[in-house]
Amino acid sequence: MKKTPLLLLLLSITTSYAWALTAEEKGLQIAQKADRLDSGWGDQKQSMEMILRNKQGQESRRQIRGRSLEVIGDGDKALSIFDSPADVKGTAFLSFTHVNEPDDQWLYLPALKRVKRIASKNKSGPFMGSEFAFEDMSSQEVDKYTYKWLRDEQLDGKDVYVIERVPVDKHSGYTRQIVWGDREIYHPLKVEFYDRKNALLKTLVLFDYKQYLGKYWRPDRMEMTNHQNGKSTTLLFTDYVFNNGFSDRDFDRNSLKRAR
Amino acid sequence: MRKGLVASAVFLLVISSPLQAVSWRGNVTVQERLFFQDPADPRQHGNNFSIAAQPEMYHEWDEGKQTFTFIPFARLDQGDNKRTHADIRELAWSYIARDYEWTVGISKVYWGVTEARHIVDIINQTDLVEELDQEDKLGQPMINLTLIRDWGNIDLFVLPGFRERTFAGVKGRPRIIPRVEKNLTSYESSQEDKHVDAAVRWSHVVGDMDIGLSWFHGTSREPILSPAEYNGEIVLAPFYQIIDQAGLDLQLTKGNWLWKLEAINLDGNYVSYRQATGGFEYTFYGIAETATDIGLVVEYLYDSRGELATTPFEDDFLTGLRLTLNDEQSTDALLGVIKDKHDDSYLISLEGSRRIGDNWKLSIQGSKFLVDGLDQSLKSFAEDDFLQVELGYYF
Repeated sequence: MKKTPLLLLLLSITTSYAWALTAEEKGLQIAQKADRLDSGWGDQKQSMEMILRNKQGQESRRQIRGRSLEVIGDGDKALSIFDSPADVKGTAFLSFTHVNEPDDQWLYLPALKRVKRIASKNKSGPFMGSEFAFEDMSSQEVDKYTYKWLRDEQLDGKDVYVIERVPVDKHSGYTRQIVWGDREIYHPLKVEFYDRKNALLKTLVLFDYKQYLGKYWRPDRMEMTNHQNGKSTTLLFTDYVFNNGFSDRDFDRNSLKRAR
Repeated sequence: MRKGLVASAVFLLVISSPLQAVSWRGNVTVQERLFFQDPADPRQHGNNFSIAAQPEMYHEWDEGKQTFTFIPFARLDQGDNKRTHADIRELAWSYIARDYEWTVGISKVYWGVTEARHIVDIINQTDLVEELDQEDKLGQPMINLTLIRDWGNIDLFVLPGFRERTFAGVKGRPRIIPRVEKNLTSYESSQEDKHVDAAVRWSHVVGDMDIGLSWFHGTSREPILSPAEYNGEIVLAPFYQIIDQAGLDLQLTKGNWLWKLEAINLDGNYVSYRQATGGFEYTFYGIAETATDIGLVVEYLYDSRGELATTPFEDDFLTGLRLTLNDEQSTDALLGVIKDKHDDSYLISLEGSRRIGDNWKLSIQGSKFLVDGLDQSLKSFAEDDFLQVELGYYF
């Protein structure tokens, strides 16, 4: 007779403990779990086609190859190589993402064979004239945001968590983002971006996640729609390859010059 | 020597493993220059049409450890037979290992950080007939070893063979007056253009700072020009002395600021001087809620030779505005004004470009020379204000 109340008591304690998690703590826990599940991938490369669409629906396309190297305890290193449009073919962009300090970025201009260190403060600026900002393209680290769990719900038949995240960097172009994350794989399915005036600026939808190395999920397609200017950008990813054996040497200033 | 290098580079390509992935890119450009005044020398042409091509062949094998690059260049010019010229910009083999790299052949190397001029950049000779901004370079035969260490990169160069600077011909415009006559070229070294030059550079990134220290020994890329008589005409004769040049280039990247400095000490038996260019670039991002960035560039240009300098930049300020629309067509423009501190001479230049469709690019460039003073080197361009429109096809 006595055992049951104790068990009930224990149950009620643990339950109330779970309930005692604030929305902020729960949001952070989700972000940390997503980060944990996606760590250890080491290095990867992929091809990307970027389709820019203006208000009238006219399209233009860019081909960009990317390589990245996971850096434990800091942001990742990434190298992007532009294959088209033809006038920027051979241009390469190297970035070392950092969590608590500005990123290091270099641009390689093949016509002059010049490697140029560029200012990284421009996080909210567009990447290659697209609706993706530099900060949307850089590696997502837990400490870049503060979090708040809003609710759990269903999105297109999938169980999702909905969290709000607020960028820590005061130079971010966003006041906040609302993320709909898949509760099975802990990757975002939809993100809403709110501008500095807290008006809805863009919506990103991610499609067709596939699993690599039996563990890491990557989307095949992303659609970013800008609600304020009517433009949109599609990213199509192909040829994901992991375990390339990349080292820091593949992400140094010299590697930019022969990034073909 | 150069023929030997060319032959060995081609040989290396031929013996290289299966010619699987040879990739091509390049461009063909047509260009029209419009002038607004009568030329200072009546033999100089007026408006001028020109066409140029630069295909680029690239091949890599051995899992990317070995590469071969071939970039020929040619221009046909309506008015100036000296601007009608061809060059091998690159014809080189590279071997890339974990902590070193070799490049053997004709290649191009860029050193430096500033925008107004490029004084540290000495490996390649300037192809001056192309543009006055000295950013076009001739291919340089070289053996280059790069050592990659935790404390920075060391680049070692052996540079067999010297390339003479190109100058506009009799009909060329804009050009210096009197014109430069290459038949009168002379050298300090008895080996003339066969002198083997050497260079070394250390470069490193320390946090926000990119730093480079360089040293060069060999034939000066900049000739000393002296008046001479040639077939009854007063011309300038180029003389290339042997120099030692020490160089420093530095960039500090802090938030919206880029702080830049280049300095050289050039030591020769005939002429020695020091030059420095330093300043900043500050960028205002996302002007008026748009994607447009506006950058302010301010650089000070110093030359220890003062008014005797062979360049118009001896104690001048460059103030520039860079406009970047960050749009689909990558539209950008740069307006620059260089003003001499001592007189009211100005050099105003404007350049801009915009992509059209996927394969075309339209570029404009204009220069206006306002000369009021003793500056001889700028004075000869006083009647040469021009607007250049260029359309390029890229593949």
